[in-house]
Amino acid sequence: MTDLARTRLPGLRALTPARVALPTVGNSIATREVLAFQAAHALARDAVHAPLDMAEMERRLKEQLTLPAGTVQLRSNAPDRATYLRAPHLGRTLHEDSAAKLSGEACDLVIVIADGLSSKAVERNALPVLQHLVPALLELRWTLAPVALVQQGRVAIGDPIGQRLRARCSLVLIGERPGLSCATSLGAYITAHPRVECNDANRVCLSNIHETGLQPQEAAMQLLELLQVARVAGRTGAALGGQVHGLMALESD
Amino acid sequence: MLLRHTIDSVDYRFDSLKDLLAKASPARSGGELAGLAARSAAERVAAQMALADLPLRAFLDEQLIPYETDEVTRLICDTHDAAAFAPVAALTVGEFRDLLLTDDVDGEFLCALSPGLTPEMAAAVSKLMRVQDLIAVARKVEVVTRFRTTVGLRGRLSTRLQPNHPTDDLTGIAASMVDGLLLGSGDAVIGINPAGDSAQRTGELLRLIDAVRERYAIPTQSCVLAHVTTQMAALQQGAPLDLMFQSIAGTEKANASFGVSLALLKEAHDATRSLNRAGPDANVMYFETGQGSALSANAHHGVDQQTCEARAYAVARVFKPMLVNTVVGFIGPEYLYDGKQILRAGLEDHFCGKLLGLPMGCDVCYTNHAEADQDDMDTLLTVLGVAGCNYIMGVPGADDVMLQYQSTSFHDALYVRSVLGLRPAPEFEAWLQGEMPSQLALPSPLLAALGSGGAGA
Repeated sequence: MTDLARTRLPGLRALTPARVALPTVGNSIATREVLAFQAAHALARDAVHAPLDMAEMERRLKEQLTLPAGTVQLRSNAPDRATYLRAPHLGRTLHEDSAAKLSGEACDLVIVIADGLSSKAVERNALPVLQHLVPALLELRWTLAPVALVQQGRVAIGDPIGQRLRARCSLVLIGERPGLSCATSLGAYITAHPRVECNDANRVCLSNIHETGLQPQEAAMQLLELLQVARVAGRTGAALGGQVHGLMALESD
Repeated sequence: MLLRHTIDSVDYRFDSLKDLLAKASPARSGGELAGLAARSAAERVAAQMALADLPLRAFLDEQLIPYETDEVTRLICDTHDAAAFAPVAALTVGEFRDLLLTDDVDGEFLCALSPGLTPEMAAAVSKLMRVQDLIAVARKVEVVTRFRTTVGLRGRLSTRLQPNHPTDDLTGIAASMVDGLLLGSGDAVIGINPAGDSAQRTGELLRLIDAVRERYAIPTQSCVLAHVTTQMAALQQGAPLDLMFQSIAGTEKANASFGVSLALLKEAHDATRSLNRAGPDANVMYFETGQGSALSANAHHGVDQQTCEARAYAVARVFKPMLVNTVVGFIGPEYLYDGKQILRAGLEDHFCGKLLGLPMGCDVCYTNHAEADQDDMDTLLTVLGVAGCNYIMGVPGADDVMLQYQSTSFHDALYVRSVLGLRPAPEFEAWLQGEMPSQLALPSPLLAALGSGGAGA
């Protein structure tokens, strides 16, 4: 920071995560803070646009977890990121090549990992959640479909996947729209009896899963509880008093 | 009516007024997403040429969304003032654009004309206007509203201080309020988007704003942007509510997706007015809108997003609001893809709002999945200042840590006021020049007041 910058009431900074008490030069924000903002924006942009490394994700899942049915790589009908951003509905349906990969015995749960709006969130936080969740589910004798890794996916991509795999429940772990304060926040959506007619009112959601938000281990414990409730009730969503997000808030759908 | 135009010996035909309006719309992702956009650049211009030749009256004769099925259409038809419309009744849309740009048309003329215009007419003419036209005409219109401050006077630019916090922590919110007030922000309203939508929370936040406002004698007004029913419940519990907020849209079905109807808005308006917190003539409503809301609710009836947006202004104007702003880049890139589309949409919304007599402000903003950045916001902010925008947002460092999007900072407002010679609302300007702001800057009594004072912490 140069000597020209001046900061009024620096003590305010400790009271909120908001960018208060910024050093100023004239009416403008000082160089250091302008660049700090640009850096946060750059991280957020990169998180949106970097492709999810499916092969690496698959390798880490297999290395660090016992997955009885293995994994499967899938893609939505959105061919690229630009189309994905302009046409959200394409990210909610399964490409026919991917659909052909899915069949099998009915199961209790399909876990879907989709890039959503932050591949970085998935790369960083999906595995830590599953490391706590999957062993607990196996201990409770839940039967699991292959873990589905989806490129250019939205939340509702879990519906056609769950339907084809005859899963009694789906859990979609997906990258949330990055903010400046965190570009790696993961969302988790549970849908009982997933099928293509489902909508967001049929889901329960945990959001803000990241290192400085809801911790992955704590998220796994809450998800385990929500999954057990969903299995007993046979349904999820508004009727169960779950957290249903409105249109403006559901940023990874 | 035959809607067609020939360019380069290709004959372009349009099925209906709404088809013509959609295809005449300057390109934006939402039009493509809805499948309503022109299929080529030439078709777009053909639509604009056909629209230019269309009599303005056509929008009185043919409704885009049927009268029988949509209460917003009924509102537009039933409140149309034929006498006010008379001076332009014989014009085409193209001639109307020309008239608006003549030197003879001034703010007084436009103010008198406003009740005679429907939102469809405003949207139609805006589609024939370039960015400089949208600025030049909007600049003629002065829409002034009052609560404790007077907002919208020529040569003034106000700000909504937006001190949001991810968990509604009262101390955290107060810290952002103090920061903003010291930087001259907050003369339009101090308005908090709550993280939790409950009457109790809304009441706590309103009491916080009220306590700071009273203690430091700040001429401004409070608002907590919860759902209108939540605010009414807080009001019944005795919360000190100044402005009643609601997000609104341009069709009955889209408003239903927001959980509101015209009757509910009227009930909220009447309840707020009856509090009489700033005199019987005070404007008490605050509305937010944004292109794409009807489409995202699957409630657009095949009407393009910009025309739907203008129809939301018809909803707003019957309530004589204190503040109305488009949240232009918030809803996402599937509606407005990049900085260029956001820029134009912000100016269209400001123009249409002003033409329809609204005290139009703008949340100059974008999300991280849009192709936009601070440079785009600086540009939109500057041109809105030139266009005479009533107010913009003031967010600490332009980074809203609750809603996770980027808007304008306190410093941005100081910049635009400085380069364009704009000033805050007169009552607030006087307060800034007095003793109170320096007392606000004394940390210890302030923090003591916030930590344990009458704010319900």
